[in-house]
Amino acid sequence: MMSDAPLLSVEDLTVTFGRRGQEPFRAVDGVSFQVRPGQTVGLVGESGCGKSVTSLAIMGLLPQRGNTVSGRVDFEGTNLLELSTDDMRDRRGRDIAMVFQDPLSSLNPVVPVGVQVTEVLERHRGMTRKAAMPVAADLLRRVGIPDPDRRIKDYPHQMSGGMRQRALIAIALACAPRLLIADEPTTALDVTIQAQILALLKELVEDTGTALIMITHDLGVVAGLCDEVNVLYGGRIVERGARHPLFRDPRHPYTNGLLGSIPRLDAVGERLTPIPGSVADNLPWDHACAFAPRCSQPIERCTQVTPVLEESFGRALRCHNPVEVPR
Amino acid sequence: MPKEVCGPVLRYIIRRLLQMSGVIVVLSLLLFLWLRSLPGGTVSAILGERATPESRARLEKALGLDEPIYLQYFRFVGRALRGEFGASTGVLPGRDAFDIFLTRFPATIELSFLAILIAVVVAIPLGYVAARSRGGWLDNASVVASLIGVAVPVFFLAFLLKYFFAIKWGLLPVSGRQESLGCTRVTGFFVLDGLLTREFDCSWSALRHLILPAFALASIPFAVVFRITRAAVLDVLDEDYVRTAEAKGLTKQVIRGRHVLRNAMLPVVTTIGLQVGALLAGAVLTEKVFAFGGIGEALAIAFQMRDYSVLQVLILMAATVFVVVNLLVDISYAVIDPRVRTR
Ligand SMILES: Nc1ncnc2c1ncn2[C@@H]1O[C@H](COP(=O)(O)OP(=O)(O)OP(=O)(O)O)[C@@H](O)[C@H]1O
Ligand SMILES: [Mg+2]
Repeated sequence: MMSDAPLLSVEDLTVTFGRRGQEPFRAVDGVSFQVRPGQTVGLVGESGCGKSVTSLAIMGLLPQRGNTVSGRVDFEGTNLLELSTDDMRDRRGRDIAMVFQDPLSSLNPVVPVGVQVTEVLERHRGMTRKAAMPVAADLLRRVGIPDPDRRIKDYPHQMSGGMRQRALIAIALACAPRLLIADEPTTALDVTIQAQILALLKELVEDTGTALIMITHDLGVVAGLCDEVNVLYGGRIVERGARHPLFRDPRHPYTNGLLGSIPRLDAVGERLTPIPGSVADNLPWDHACAFAPRCSQPIERCTQVTPVLEESFGRALRCHNPVEVPR
Repeated sequence: MPKEVCGPVLRYIIRRLLQMSGVIVVLSLLLFLWLRSLPGGTVSAILGERATPESRARLEKALGLDEPIYLQYFRFVGRALRGEFGASTGVLPGRDAFDIFLTRFPATIELSFLAILIAVVVAIPLGYVAARSRGGWLDNASVVASLIGVAVPVFFLAFLLKYFFAIKWGLLPVSGRQESLGCTRVTGFFVLDGLLTREFDCSWSALRHLILPAFALASIPFAVVFRITRAAVLDVLDEDYVRTAEAKGLTKQVIRGRHVLRNAMLPVVTTIGLQVGALLAGAVLTEKVFAFGGIGEALAIAFQMRDYSVLQVLILMAATVFVVVNLLVDISYAVIDPRVRTR
């Protein structure tokens, strides 16, 4: 089903935040990746590595002031970064939709959930509130909310966390977008609910052929869901690959470290090995590998020369001293 | 209002009404005791310090002030429940205190209502626009204007307005509530009366007399409502649900009305309720500058003369207005915020 022409092609995306009295800060630093129609692509990395900023830049939702965005975000051949705010408004929610991390704060507390679903239909489908209501109820049923005709009148605080996230997914999918961006959609939920929501997302994108960008700091989430995974560190992609090869033999010490810190059911008794240090130890990318201070196997070159992202056979890697593939 | 909003809101209103009557009862007792603990007293105020003990005793008996205080209070409550507040002893001796209230209070209410209306109609849109253009010239200018509004005493502003608009340029009347046009009185609210009796020139005249004092008085709630609106809008703009609304591609109008203002109005509505006290106090001062004939003047004389009946009725009614307005505030809060009414 997947065609080769990319649906979304992010090229050299850079987002710089100006900070008063300090050097400008590049939260996203030359990121490039592609999403083909119907494909599920993961964007993985620790807190602060630029995942949300990347997604907000694609959506055109960064704050109006205090940042500069460069590069290209081609969606079906149009560079979204060059669209006027009104044209972008027409596409958001219709062509590209987004699900956010915290389902309680992401819903308006003083508007019934049903209206929060219908308003997208009213906006992009030109439906009346009345005509949109049954459609909204259907959408809520599809995302697994029981008794949707009653639930549609509920306010967000009357729903459980999992149900709210389901409602947000219904809102995002209301206009059958071709791309869905989910920014840590399960982080704020209980573990059991997390699994349900992930299963739901997987089922929905498969049924509807929607492409999905799954943003997470949890490789476990990616493992069950994504066709391709981009690993971000300090605003740059450090490794990319199809799910199985990447998980089987991670080449970047950071990816390797991330894999080492996921709890595994089949490895009882084995110690988890978290990556030492924190993002605060980062070196600037300009003259070094930002990850070097935390790396398990740094060589001299790592603190002297910026590694470049090298592609071969569908894998991309930015590392001077990659992890050896066990033979 | 949709059905599922009405029922809970009604229950909420009844609960609040009960609470409210409790507040008024407690207040009436405190007020009663407080007035009687003030130095001096009605008798000294009327007869002067040098009156003979016999004449003092006679007057005390005539006014019922010789009885034990708890009896006086029960008698007061019993009569108040029937709408009787006794005769004035100082403001207009012999006149029914409730009558004095009826002739004076509408002026103050009319003035305060118009003032708050002006303040809200200007301050909320301005607060929204200022927040959206944070740091811009409009934002800075309106913040400065609101600071001036807080800093300048209301009677001084009243004097300024009167001097320029009434005395110097003669655009509006200098004082009073209405020209003598032989208007029919219905409710005591002059603007409303003119509309009810179709004597539109009466309404117009009353409105012209209201403009200057109302603008002066509006400076108090304006400054507060503006600043709270601005702060609330700034808070709401940072909320995740506004980002969700943007991510849905909704139009600016829908985002502004349904997602930003509806949430930002919650603190604003509360503030408006709390402003009523300051507003009534400010009204007393403003009325003085414009000889507006509200409760301000009556309160001042009643205090001097220790006119318990008039003080009790005016202060209790002012308190009732305060409590009722805050009830209305809570009701609108419950209408806006589902988390309050479904609790
Ligand atoms: N509006 C902003 N102004 C200044 N800096 C910002 C802004 N938004 C994000 N940043 C910075 O950009 C960097 C990347 O932030 P981002 O939110 O993309 O992280 P993330 O990968 O999504 O992390 P998390 O897992 O915590 O959500 C952070 O260092 C953050 O401080
Ligand atoms: Mg994030």
